[in-house]
Amino acid sequence: MEIPDELLYTRDHEWARRKGVHVVVGITDFAQDQLGDVVFVELPAVGDPVKKGESFGVVESTKAVSELFAPVSGKVVEVNDPLADAPETINEDPYEEGWLIVVEPADPGELDGLMDAKAYKTFVEEQD
Amino acid sequence: MRYHPHTPEDVRAMLDAIGVKSVAELFRSIPEPLRLARPLDLPPALDEISLLAELRRLAGRNDTRHPPFAGAGAYPHHVPPVVDQLLLRGELFTAYTPYQPEISQGTLQAIFEWQTFVALLTALDVSNASMYDGATATAEAALMAARITGRHEIVVSEAVHPEYRRVLATYLRAKHDALVTVPFGADGRTDLAALERAVGAATACVIVGYPNFFGIVDALPEAAAIARRAGALTVSVTAEAVALGLLQAPGALGADVAVGTFQSFGNPLSFGGPAPGFFATRDAYVRQMPGRICGATVDTQGRRGFVLTLSTREQHIRREKATSNICTNSGLCALAATIHLALLGRSGLADLARLNHGRARLLRDAMRRAGCDTVFPGPIFNEQVFDVGDAEAVVARLARRGIVAGAPLARWYPDAPRAKGALLCVATELHDPELVELFARETRRAP
Amino acid sequence: MTDPAGRKPSTERGDASAASADGATRGLVHEEPLLFEQGARGRTGASLPPAPAGLDPAQEIPAALLRPSLEGLPELSELEVVRHFTRLSTWNHGIDTGFYPLGSCTMKYNPRSSEALARLPGFADLHPLAPPELAQGALELMHQLERALSEIAGFDATTLAPAAGAHGELCGLMIVRAWHASRGNPRKKILVPDTAHGTNPASSALNGYAVVQLASGPDGRLTPEAVRAAMDEDVAAIMITNPNTLGIFEGHVAEIAAIVHARGGLVYGDGANMNALLGVARPGDMGFDVMQYNLHKTFATPHGGGGPGSGPVAVKAALAPFLPLPVVVKEGATYRLVTDARERPQTIGRLREFWGNFGMFVRAWALLREYGPEGVRATGELAVLNANYLRARLRDTFHLPYEADSLHEVVFDDQRQQASGVSTMDVAKALIDHGFHPPTIYFPLVVHGALMIEPTETESKETLDGFVAAMREIAERARTDPEALRAAPLLPFRGRLDETRAARKPVLRWRPGMKVE
Repeated sequence: MEIPDELLYTRDHEWARRKGVHVVVGITDFAQDQLGDVVFVELPAVGDPVKKGESFGVVESTKAVSELFAPVSGKVVEVNDPLADAPETINEDPYEEGWLIVVEPADPGELDGLMDAKAYKTFVEEQD
Repeated sequence: MRYHPHTPEDVRAMLDAIGVKSVAELFRSIPEPLRLARPLDLPPALDEISLLAELRRLAGRNDTRHPPFAGAGAYPHHVPPVVDQLLLRGELFTAYTPYQPEISQGTLQAIFEWQTFVALLTALDVSNASMYDGATATAEAALMAARITGRHEIVVSEAVHPEYRRVLATYLRAKHDALVTVPFGADGRTDLAALERAVGAATACVIVGYPNFFGIVDALPEAAAIARRAGALTVSVTAEAVALGLLQAPGALGADVAVGTFQSFGNPLSFGGPAPGFFATRDAYVRQMPGRICGATVDTQGRRGFVLTLSTREQHIRREKATSNICTNSGLCALAATIHLALLGRSGLADLARLNHGRARLLRDAMRRAGCDTVFPGPIFNEQVFDVGDAEAVVARLARRGIVAGAPLARWYPDAPRAKGALLCVATELHDPELVELFARETRRAP
Repeated sequence: MTDPAGRKPSTERGDASAASADGATRGLVHEEPLLFEQGARGRTGASLPPAPAGLDPAQEIPAALLRPSLEGLPELSELEVVRHFTRLSTWNHGIDTGFYPLGSCTMKYNPRSSEALARLPGFADLHPLAPPELAQGALELMHQLERALSEIAGFDATTLAPAAGAHGELCGLMIVRAWHASRGNPRKKILVPDTAHGTNPASSALNGYAVVQLASGPDGRLTPEAVRAAMDEDVAAIMITNPNTLGIFEGHVAEIAAIVHARGGLVYGDGANMNALLGVARPGDMGFDVMQYNLHKTFATPHGGGGPGSGPVAVKAALAPFLPLPVVVKEGATYRLVTDARERPQTIGRLREFWGNFGMFVRAWALLREYGPEGVRATGELAVLNANYLRARLRDTFHLPYEADSLHEVVFDDQRQQASGVSTMDVAKALIDHGFHPPTIYFPLVVHGALMIEPTETESKETLDGFVAAMREIAERARTDPEALRAAPLLPFRGRLDETRAARKPVLRWRPGMKVE
């Protein structure tokens, strides 16, 4: 299972990557593996507000629905639209092509509360 | 008991294998005070001969010698014997919901064909596997419209079936969505000016009967235009689906959701149930639909097959966040409709629809000759409202001849024009010209 | 599909490329295209009298409201339609085909006399708005069935209106809400155990209630402590399935009911598993205030691959005024439907069109009349005997997650097969190759890899022995040849189907030229 060192992680298995003043958000390799084949993603629209720890969408397999929780509060500035037609990208490449949204954070300091790769690895091992 | 295969030896051997002395011991987890200490107070057991006699006695106390002239949401139609004979294929009627697709391809392909028939006849993109009935399908359409639009006001024409509207009210009460009823005009169609006034920024959907409860081909395109301007959805309700063989499809007239029942295809009246409710909508709303949906896919060898799909909408996965609580629907009734529609086909359905319309006009001519004119001038399909003077009296009098005369409108519309005399009557392929003449004669006769 | 000459493919196999990749018919298993992929322009399976002459609909109906064409509908002879559905039927497993131990679905034999009787013209051709004097037999039957259902579950009144079990839940919870509202406060929450069917929370939500999930105890039963901790004055009701979906009797039910009643709540019974209690114990005697039946489960009305069901709701006297309409009343020697809310001012209203799934009432009543009180009790007893027999004979082979006594069904899991990489799904699919319908799998959710087996009373010891032999053989294969199991099923008309593909690229109806590859 892949856990890139440079990312930050939530306890709900989302990752966050700083990109200039913005934050890119996706779900982890562990999350996509647990979920199985992703068949549908429901994402917010550009301009929608998101709130840290609250649901901003869902990702579905044939037998399960998982809510997506924002790692940081702010405004959605970009959405990975191609996922609508190719949700399998989330399984195939969760950290690059399978990103979900880009957020303009209201308070970048919120990211400090997230886990780093090492802490997330320990967290996932405890989950198993 | 012919349905219980256990011999005393079987029971003994099974109890031994389990390691208990008696069947009673198997119930030891039920605390003694909670057990029933007496036999149930039920009528005594009957052998098959006595059983058939007893239920024939009950059936004999119902008078069905003439096809009814009442429609009002349940339509007397010819069901070809082949429909029922196919329906009795045990592999089909003794199966459960197709949870294991490899051994349910028969049920699944038939559902796919049902969905296609519903989509074709409504000119909408997608259909589900069926609903309980037309009334609950209407209520579910309203709830779906509220979810999609985020609005909470449902506008319904008073000319929609009154029972459907009551069910709608029951469903909406729990969710606190508001129900606004728009009156009908003198022509029996939805009052469009009143509709225009009622629809606004809070309106989730506009619900119109097509044909409406009075048998009239209502102003669906105009109502849909009003709804669209307000950002609301349009729901068309069709209880007499044979009409879709003659009338323009609701999806082609602006309906975003088409609901109702296909009882008219292959399903007997059966005192009002069961019958297959249908639900069709546009592709964009498919993930907000209630109920089971069947989809095409391939198996491990690349062969086409069918599965239940988009299940994440449903109660067994999403639980309290599901689009509906519906689980069991009306699968076998939908199969009956699918078989009947397959038999009718393109030309048969068109012929059946024209025949129904023609019979209704024969009935109108006969009733006019008998001195009973229609109440509403709007165009009809196979049902219409006559002024018979005293509708309840006519119903009672014809009942003595074994004829179900129709539905007296005053039961639901005490304030409607000429309500006392207003009798809603249907004519279908079952009402031949002689029967139509007999009916008109009997209606005219002074009490 | 239609070419300019109006011809459709008219060979029996239709368009093989549309039907399947290697769409070969083998032996007596026929490939069969969709209705819409076969036939020929001009064919019909209908036989109708001619429409009256000279009455063109266009004389009355505006052209814009007339349908220009019914293109796309099939054109088939009667024999083509008969072959089509006969072939489809052979791809299905029904109770008539073989054992169908689908847990919590109570797949028992569907009696043929019930089918014949529901088709009597006096029932099948009866219009719901027939004047009561023309429908006395139907009303008498409904009245008797209502009374029998009240007696069997120990309640005072029963409505037959709900169309299915989930509809019955909705009805029952509406009654709960109306009862609370009549006392000034409809309350806000429903308690639902984690073993409950998904319909329980969904029905609660549809009724505007929030759902509070209760964890069941270590022995698979609900504990009074859990209920006491969750119970407050905002809780409208608790929903309990008894026996629960583990097949275990909720032994603390009376104490739990007392806890809920003490705080002003009601106790709702999900009657999905009523088969276990028939004639032996009555929910109405355990503290339940309201309960729905599933006639297609307990009283053998056919499920037909997805319904119709029928979900009568039985209530205690205090809740009877809130029952939906209609209600059947007997006045002297005659029966009548109460449909006017003015006669029942506290009714929750109408739940569906007309009076309920009457055709199912006829079937259920026929079965009840044939059973009599002894037959009803024997049904419950033999259902429990069969489940316990399977439990005893399979427990050395499959892991039993809960040791508590089973009633009408038993839940195993795949713990012992996991080491060889074989899952519950593989066991289920392998059962298909042995000619059995798999049990309910992966439910209840509290058991990882659940295999929920409900044999019902209509199965013989030999059938159960055959099932045991198959399960044991599969368990043995799981040890010796797990790869083979993961490829199952090999024998049915189709192999494992790609559900991911179906959900990613939904194809939900036929369109001309449809291809699924």
